[in-house]
Amino acid sequence: MIGRTHSRLFSSDHKVIGLQYCFLAMIAVVTGIVLSLLMRYHLAWPKGHLPFITGGIMTPEQYLALLTMHGTIMIFFVLTTAPQNAFGTYFLPLQIGAREMAFPVLNMIGFWLTFAAFIVLLAAFFVQGGAPISGWTAYPPLSGLGDITGPGEGAGQTLWIVSILIFCVASVLSSVNFIATIIEMRAPGMTLMRMPLTVWAWFITSILIMLSFSVLLAAGVLLLLDRSFGTSFFAPAGLVVTSQLQSHSGGSPLLWQHLFWFFGHPEVYIAILPGMGVTSQVLSNFSRKPVFGYPAMVVTLSAIGVLGFGVWGHHMFVSGMNPYSGFTFSVLTMSIAVPSAAKTFNWLGTLWGGKIQFTTPMLFALGFVSVFITGGLSGIFLAQPAVDNILHATYFVVAHLHLVMGVAAIFGVFAAIYYWFPKMFGRMMSEPLGKAHFWLTFAGVYCIFLPMHFMGIAGGIRRYADFTDVDYLQALQPLHLFMTIAAFFTAAVQIIFFFNFFRSMFVGKPATSNPWNATTLEWATTSPPPRDNFGPAKVMVYRGAYEYSVPGAPADFIPQHLPPSAPPRPSS
Amino acid sequence: MKNRQRGSTLPAVLFALVILALVAFTVAIFLSRKFASPAPISDNAAAVNHQYLLTLWIVGAVFVLAQLSLAFAVFRFRDRGQRARFLPGSVALEVACTAAAVIIFLGLGALGKKAWAAVRYTGPPTGSIQVEVTEMQFQFLFRYPGADGKFGRLDPALINAAMGNPLGIDPNSPEGKDDIVTGTLAVPVDRPVELLLRSQDVIHGFLVRELRLQQDAVPGMIIPLHFTPNKIGKYDIVCTQLCGLGHQRMHSYLEVMSEADYEKFLKQQAAAQ
Repeated sequence: MIGRTHSRLFSSDHKVIGLQYCFLAMIAVVTGIVLSLLMRYHLAWPKGHLPFITGGIMTPEQYLALLTMHGTIMIFFVLTTAPQNAFGTYFLPLQIGAREMAFPVLNMIGFWLTFAAFIVLLAAFFVQGGAPISGWTAYPPLSGLGDITGPGEGAGQTLWIVSILIFCVASVLSSVNFIATIIEMRAPGMTLMRMPLTVWAWFITSILIMLSFSVLLAAGVLLLLDRSFGTSFFAPAGLVVTSQLQSHSGGSPLLWQHLFWFFGHPEVYIAILPGMGVTSQVLSNFSRKPVFGYPAMVVTLSAIGVLGFGVWGHHMFVSGMNPYSGFTFSVLTMSIAVPSAAKTFNWLGTLWGGKIQFTTPMLFALGFVSVFITGGLSGIFLAQPAVDNILHATYFVVAHLHLVMGVAAIFGVFAAIYYWFPKMFGRMMSEPLGKAHFWLTFAGVYCIFLPMHFMGIAGGIRRYADFTDVDYLQALQPLHLFMTIAAFFTAAVQIIFFFNFFRSMFVGKPATSNPWNATTLEWATTSPPPRDNFGPAKVMVYRGAYEYSVPGAPADFIPQHLPPSAPPRPSS
Repeated sequence: MKNRQRGSTLPAVLFALVILALVAFTVAIFLSRKFASPAPISDNAAAVNHQYLLTLWIVGAVFVLAQLSLAFAVFRFRDRGQRARFLPGSVALEVACTAAAVIIFLGLGALGKKAWAAVRYTGPPTGSIQVEVTEMQFQFLFRYPGADGKFGRLDPALINAAMGNPLGIDPNSPEGKDDIVTGTLAVPVDRPVELLLRSQDVIHGFLVRELRLQQDAVPGMIIPLHFTPNKIGKYDIVCTQLCGLGHQRMHSYLEVMSEADYEKFLKQQAAAQ
């Protein structure tokens, strides 16, 4: 029994590892939501009492610690872990007709390193001084001088950096594995332009991860050296903190920002590209139409990937960076709106003339498109340095990033879960519960994040523990109250999802191998698939990924593995 | 799955209604002008405002069009037992859509250069009043050069807030004898002002909404920023870069006053040093 548990836990089966990533992301997202609710409570009721906090009322440093940990957990352990590692690890080999990842043991090591990174990060709550207060961006000198700059900046900040370093190693290892698998392990006939768009998205994302996380790894090492070994990469001469002259000299705080955002901006696309892939696949499946402009979708995914490396400076318009650079970054940032707009256009084109079936995964994919439009367009304001004068560091930015990289990415994850659950567990999730979850969440997220734009436009500054010290900010308190109520509501309806998920794992209606009448290869095997994915059958690919409603075909879908002569067989 | 999925009208209508509500609510709030920045108090602030409003109209139009197209497509093409049309794509449409996006977004970005370049690419006009802004956990200090028009030398080793030298002005520096240090920023109306932003410890921010000017203060750097206020009044200065546990209370005022009041202010402050 112990041996069996051991082999299940430390499995190199990509399907087991995919599920492990999925459950890790679930634990992380619940943690992240709880932290955000504590913040939202404090923002709405700054004098409100919380029973489990020493002194009863949350202090500014406790608020900032929650803020730092919420951002870090969500961005690394949810938005990087779930869309890419959970679903990519599970479905990438299945969708290209491979029986395993290229490096199964490396795959396992990647997961366990990610898990270790998560534990190290959580440990920051329990050390002297608590969790760091420098935000998920950890700008030095605030993050680079030790606990003299504030509580949490001692051991807590060190653990934060160590956690991120471990995460970086894990991510780079797993991205290399993804790239090798896609290049080397495709089934015969699976040409690049026959790959599902999910695979394309994981492919581009893997390249982004490999290139950007390795830079963050280097930056993190330098920050650790500054803090613990007396170097001065990010600390200039003459720093005086609480009347104490520091011994550093020669470093540049802006260097960290360049390195960090060289990672940080591609990270946005790391979170969202897999969601774009899933949305393309799900919209096509449930419109019963091919993806509109498949080659354009591949080109725009790649263009976003390439341009994504040239826009990091838009986080730094008012940082003291050369203003000419600022304008250059602005133009590059505006350029990335072009492939993004083209994608949206192609999603609408996929729906156009279709036969739309409103399953739960489809609803979340449609929600993704709406949220992506809203969240993406607010970026057009922030991409302009002149306008950034008034919107930088306000809640407008918080609303923008939460909609486009948080909510849209999570909608992509929900679409993926509802879509692939039957394949992963051999059972269907409840559709009525899934739909209730969608409608309440869709309304809820807009109730949280739409007013947040208005708060930013009215001058609400982000990362303030409360709005009580500045007169014009006090006037915005009713908006805070509204958003807090909406946040508690939206968090509460996620209970429907978790109930549905865990209940369906055990008592859901048994699923057939292809319950959605879909075309891609994961539906060509049993639900769940055997250890070697496809059993004794030889996997061959004869056609593109989205052959729906092909004129003259007897059914409205033709699976990729179907030879040209054989007729398709609709299931049940 | 059945060939025709029953009950696709209700979700289609519901989805379209949610989108319609979203669009209507967003447009209504913007038209009500309930949430907006306060009136600009410099020509450049007015130019930034203009660019913001231009962006709002263009992006607003794209937002309404895109969301309504989505709602329409979802409603119009709901499953009513029809057969889906096989439309794999259209190169002409892709090119047209891409060209439109290039013109709208890059055009808007190019127009936005003016308001940025006006104060960031060029230095201040000659005859500007210079004020040094020093930020530290968790306050703003403003230094005026005094009658000689020159700032005294600073030495971080001499910083001693308790002994009345929070900036570390070198007592042996002759230019420093008449420097004036204040807790609020007073400037005369209609005169160009150049700020020199510094920080002693961590990165801080500097934002005056009415000026539409925001800039980080970075230790190790002296960052210039200039403006010409055209309206007398008292305006908030807030810190916009996370700087530690007192971030949200790091706050000061910009006081734009008549030339006479400004002279009086400088005299009073000089006497108090």
